[in-house]
Amino acid sequence: MTDLIRLSADALSLRLRAGEVSAVEVTQAHLDRIAAVDGSINAFLHVNTEQALSVAAGVDRARADGEALHPLAGVPIAVKDLIVTKGQPTTAGSRILEGWQSPYDATVIEKLRAARMPILGKTNLDEFAMGSSTEHSAYGPTRNPWDLDRIPGGSGGGSAAAVAAFEAPLALGTDTGGSIRQPGAVTGTVGVKPTYGGVSRYGAIAMASSLDQIGPVSRTVLDSALLHEVIGGHDPRDSTSLTDPVGALVEAARLGQVEGMRIGVIRELSGEGYQAGVLTRFSESLELLRSAGAEIVEVSCPNFRYALGAYYLIMPSEASSNLAKYDGVRFGLRVVPEGTPTIERVMGATREAGFGDEVKRRIILGTYALSAGYYDAYYGSAQKVRTLIQRDFASAFGKADVLVSPTSPTTAFRLGEKLDDPLAMYLNDVATIPANLAGIPGLTLPGGLADEDGLPVGIQLLAPARQDARLYRVGAVLESLLESTWGGPLLAQAPALDGGK
Amino acid sequence: MAEINRDDVAHLARLAHIDMSDDELDRMAGELAVIVDSIKSVSEVAGDDVPATSHPIPLSNVFRDDVVGETLSNEEALLGAPDNADGRFKVPAILDGE
Repeated sequence: MTDLIRLSADALSLRLRAGEVSAVEVTQAHLDRIAAVDGSINAFLHVNTEQALSVAAGVDRARADGEALHPLAGVPIAVKDLIVTKGQPTTAGSRILEGWQSPYDATVIEKLRAARMPILGKTNLDEFAMGSSTEHSAYGPTRNPWDLDRIPGGSGGGSAAAVAAFEAPLALGTDTGGSIRQPGAVTGTVGVKPTYGGVSRYGAIAMASSLDQIGPVSRTVLDSALLHEVIGGHDPRDSTSLTDPVGALVEAARLGQVEGMRIGVIRELSGEGYQAGVLTRFSESLELLRSAGAEIVEVSCPNFRYALGAYYLIMPSEASSNLAKYDGVRFGLRVVPEGTPTIERVMGATREAGFGDEVKRRIILGTYALSAGYYDAYYGSAQKVRTLIQRDFASAFGKADVLVSPTSPTTAFRLGEKLDDPLAMYLNDVATIPANLAGIPGLTLPGGLADEDGLPVGIQLLAPARQDARLYRVGAVLESLLESTWGGPLLAQAPALDGGK
Repeated sequence: MAEINRDDVAHLARLAHIDMSDDELDRMAGELAVIVDSIKSVSEVAGDDVPATSHPIPLSNVFRDDVVGETLSNEEALLGAPDNADGRFKVPAILDGE
């Protein structure tokens, strides 16, 4: 049965439909794996054993009765603990929501339930998705399955590590500045940030509303496409939700074709500041794409140098507003200070005790950027830079169908290494942030291991807004070319964990 | 472009309703000064001719039909509240000295 945990979601779906394995067996195998290895990984904040098994048993009964089922029915999934779920706690990785249960499901959770996918549990993250390492979680960091002394990326390190450690075949993440893609890169997994508005944000606890996007996390490009089709589509409860149909993403991943496509290398997302081993693997991927018939062109996006600065004005501004609701009144923690407890003193004490350092930093920074006298110089200017970045992308997509870059400038760093240097931590997202500012889709897939440290390197693909299918089409080709050079998936080279058989 | 100092941080923390100890204010002021210094170039990039983008993919006139949808019951809405009474959220005094 341990083999079941190594199968892709697509392979599990085939076996389930053929009746070779039951949904209960598949779900139990993953729950067993979680029990065996999660003590050292800490990917899960909550394990949803009973509900997952009951959904799986329902799928098995329905299949026996000949009911029509979704192809992914019975394929289990993990959910980032930023997405609200009935019947399970949702903490956002924060003390301020410890023990809180949502009275409603996020739209993406309703869709998982409609497809009858057992939810294995909720995964760890940097508090309110603010961070690049999961070290800002109030519940302890998640560890990278490739090296337990290293970070799994963030904020969605829990979802990426769960998938990399074979605790789940699929997971949901959220990506505001790279929180799906950077963890994917450093754990050797696949992750996709869809076009802004392509997946409903209803029920995703808001960090920066104009940047946040829910997306799939998986071990293969096809699996992300399968999950993307489940969660995508218009939702009237999210007023930024696009009315476009989801598109034929699975078909694009199965087709996988790059011949005659123009693939643009972004000059500004390479070179200085990028680890040598990352650049070597990146160049190899370009050669493989060229050998498959793609035309590699160079594009320039000169305003990307201001993207990080604009992001660290826009994101904290929106976050400081969104996090005002954690005031000890309607939900979550309430701390009543000594003396005469007015509501104002309760708020101050609650937010002091309930928020961690990084959240406080961003709230203060956002409050600063939005304050009278600074608004135009900071928030207003950052929004103009956003326009310039969109124009850079528009010009680049005039020369190329898809853009490509390393996902993260380095491989996974050691736990604690950047914790005391917020700015160094922010630089991890330099290659992923432009896509969020412009609202375009991005995908990361494993590009091999860096020579100097033997750790995974991520390759990022970017497409114009609403052209998510192109990511799957190109990603599937590159994945298959790379795997034939490695003789199998990259994760087959990951060290065995305790409990691995 | 203005710098950020300890007094600013104390003021901002009051605005944001986050109590901070003296140590925390010192540390936060140092960290934020570095961050603000690194992002202030943003204010010098774009001229008046560049329009601001607030939303990456702008949509306009997003309406739904004016019918009652699903709503939370009073009980469900109060479920996560730290304190409640008579079907309402209960909070400490709003004003001092009463």
